[in-house]
Amino acid sequence: MQFAFTEEQQMIRDTAEQFLAEVSTSEAIRSAMETELGYQPELWQRICGELYWQAIHIPEAYGGMGLGQVELAAMLEQMGRYLLCSPFFSTVCLGANALMVAGTEAQKEKYLPRICEGLTATLAYTGISAARGGGRWGADAVEAIAERDGDEFILNGTLRFVPDGASAELLIVAARAAGTSGEAGISLFVVPAESPGIERKLLPTMDQTRKQAEIVLSDLRLPADTLMGAEGDAWPQLQKILQLATVAQAAEQMGGAQQSLDLAVEYSKERAQFGRPIAGFQAIKHKAADMMTRTEVARSAVYYAACVAEEAVEGGELAGELGEAASIAKAYCSDAYFQNAGDALQIHGGVGFTWEYDVHLHLKRAKASEHFLGSGDYHRERVAQLLLD
Amino acid sequence: MKLSFSPEDEAFRREVADWLKENLRGEFEQLKFRGGPGDEHMFAEERQRWEQKLAEGGWTCVGWPKEHGGRGCSIEQQVIFHEEYARAGAPGRVGHIGEGLAGPTIIAFGSEAQQKKYLPGILAGTELWCQGYSEPGAGSDLANVKTRARFDEAKGKWILNGQKVWTSLAQESDYCFVIARTDPESKGHKGLGFFLVSMHQPGIEVRGIQQITGTSEFNEVFFDDAECDAEDIVGQPGDGWKVAMGLLGFERGVSTLGQQMQFQNELNEIVRIAKENGAAQNPAIRQRIAQAHTELKIMRYNSMRMLSGQSGSDGSLQKEALIYKLFWATWHRSLGELAMDVLGPESQILEAAPYELSRLQSMYLFVRSDTIYGGTNEIQRNIIAERGLGMPREPRPA
Ligand SMILES: Cc1cc2nc3c(=O)[nH]c(=O)nc-3n(C[C@H](O)[C@H](O)[C@H](O)COP(=O)(O)OP(=O)(O)OC[C@H]3O[C@@H](n4cnc5c(N)ncnc54)[C@H](O)[C@@H]3O)c2cc1C
Repeated sequence: MQFAFTEEQQMIRDTAEQFLAEVSTSEAIRSAMETELGYQPELWQRICGELYWQAIHIPEAYGGMGLGQVELAAMLEQMGRYLLCSPFFSTVCLGANALMVAGTEAQKEKYLPRICEGLTATLAYTGISAARGGGRWGADAVEAIAERDGDEFILNGTLRFVPDGASAELLIVAARAAGTSGEAGISLFVVPAESPGIERKLLPTMDQTRKQAEIVLSDLRLPADTLMGAEGDAWPQLQKILQLATVAQAAEQMGGAQQSLDLAVEYSKERAQFGRPIAGFQAIKHKAADMMTRTEVARSAVYYAACVAEEAVEGGELAGELGEAASIAKAYCSDAYFQNAGDALQIHGGVGFTWEYDVHLHLKRAKASEHFLGSGDYHRERVAQLLLD
Repeated sequence: MKLSFSPEDEAFRREVADWLKENLRGEFEQLKFRGGPGDEHMFAEERQRWEQKLAEGGWTCVGWPKEHGGRGCSIEQQVIFHEEYARAGAPGRVGHIGEGLAGPTIIAFGSEAQQKKYLPGILAGTELWCQGYSEPGAGSDLANVKTRARFDEAKGKWILNGQKVWTSLAQESDYCFVIARTDPESKGHKGLGFFLVSMHQPGIEVRGIQQITGTSEFNEVFFDDAECDAEDIVGQPGDGWKVAMGLLGFERGVSTLGQQMQFQNELNEIVRIAKENGAAQNPAIRQRIAQAHTELKIMRYNSMRMLSGQSGSDGSLQKEALIYKLFWATWHRSLGELAMDVLGPESQILEAAPYELSRLQSMYLFVRSDTIYGGTNEIQRNIIAERGLGMPREPRPA
């Protein structure tokens, strides 16, 4: 048992930290978030061309670096920390994961090398009902309909809350056979986003650092070779894709929780009131101590889940724990990030309420990430089902 | 990062589990799941015999180095031992203060003579220890101890006078390690000594303190010209603080995983009741049970991190170690509340008069102390903020 970074993992983490501290500055985030695209294409090209991050866990056979989920989590932690505006999460944690989990050999050969070259991708699976009951992120959120027509499929429906859905070049779409419900009848397709029958609309979002879209499919006609995995029987694969993405989302949240803490502590040491730094007041110290506790606990949860995710991908003995580990990480990190961001705002006083300071960016990302792939309550209920039902 | 244990370690796990299965029966059967928090006064004699049974099998002090009579187990094996011990429902260890605190201190800071004199009794499970730190005026502010130690040249002994309080298991103990002031003019952490004192002498009086559970696990201990042999001071007069602080380092660490297995036993019991009485259908309770489960799981991952990482060369704690006490103590305290809320109104009815508590009831009451002893939550937060985040230290009187 060695639950600590290897030297190589530490190096990946450090490199990511250094690079992002330099490029994902407050000004860079703001200029990216104000665009419709949501990121600076030059920076994304630099990441893809010089650092090759988008290829991190794609197998070498498809032109990737062949690293694992732990390395990926280490990188996501830093991206969440520095609020990197980029299509990394959608492309790597949704698109590439989907292809690796559910793609046919031909699809992998076709698309994974292109992702390594910088092609962007995302996963569109949730319909409007994902918002019901405070958030539904399981099989019941799949609403688009796929009908077979000879050798082809015809897809119809509206997909909502799709990360980078308006800009991604490749879409992985989930749809179900008419008349089915729950886990039955679900199929996955891979399709270029610019195909006829796909209409994409950017949704203005409270968190501007990550874009969301609504995608309307109107008689989208797809040839049989766009089908990923088994027709009508893709839920286990989609579930695994979502579990991996859930771990990835938690890793970003943990990085954000860390940054909220760091911003607050730094500010508290600079700001003086009553003739001393506010960092000396116990009410502030204790809040910061609780923030650090949450952050470290979140970190333990994320790296454990990342190790389990690695085993799930590689077929290790802990593979069966993925669902639970992902829910544990996402439940804890969702709450920890939002609480830390909120506490950071409070510690900043009035300036925390301004557009100028970065605290609000974290408060907003925290809530947005909480409501993507399931909030704390949602994942605790999943854990409860495992324990109590 | 790698989560699995090696095949040798898994073999060791089976060895521990087999031994426990083989030996935790007969007269010891009744001790299963006993002697935990809130139950520490129960079956004292039987549990001491169990301690000796463990010693015969070589299962006391498994983490001590071989040259001091321990089993010399690796960290992984210690973890495994503590996990299997708790999984088997083996009883709370009466010898834990000697094995976990006194022994390691004597090994690290004691003289060879002290090691010869004291370690064998701890290893054999025949001699029990208690911790004499807190005083009426020295709780969180431990450096404020007033108990005095004066060297009597004629007798060639240290003479101790003063009072300790909240001394757990003093009534059962053979020895106490005591911090006392060797320099009467000194203040704060200077001028203290660390003494190994026999409890069986006329100069010591132990008075039980009835606690929230109605039982008396802790005590007042009065020193009235109590004697301590000249060679029974650990280090030099004036070294007491250094030794005491070194010891606090032993309080955390490998036993945490065993403690978590006990927590798991408690949570399992709560889950069982919730399913039985329908609380498991209550959405609010479901959330709380899931939260407890989630955080207990993460506590384990946190310990694995703590055990895998290296502390700074200056003895500084890693971040995950710094937050550990605050996290588990707060978690355990809410588990107590959860237990009562799952039981509902039945939680308020005792097993018997005058004040016989069920296991979960006494757990619920006892966990209120988790956030107090071993550094209160507030003191933990001060330490985290100051050492972990570099925030200003608390103002201290000049
Ligand atoms: C069940 C139990 C068993 C124990 N066993 C032992 C034992 O075997 N041996 C032993 O030596 N001791 C033992 N103790 C004593 C324990 O270590 C002390 O109770 C503890 O250190 C707190 O001291 P105190 O009770 O004097 O509280 P105080 O220090 O008086 O604290 C009272 C309150 O003030 C707060 N406070 C104090 N200082 C600060 C500060 N600087 N900043 C913010 N808040 C502060 C505390 O957090 C607490 O909330 C035991 C205690 C319990 C409850």
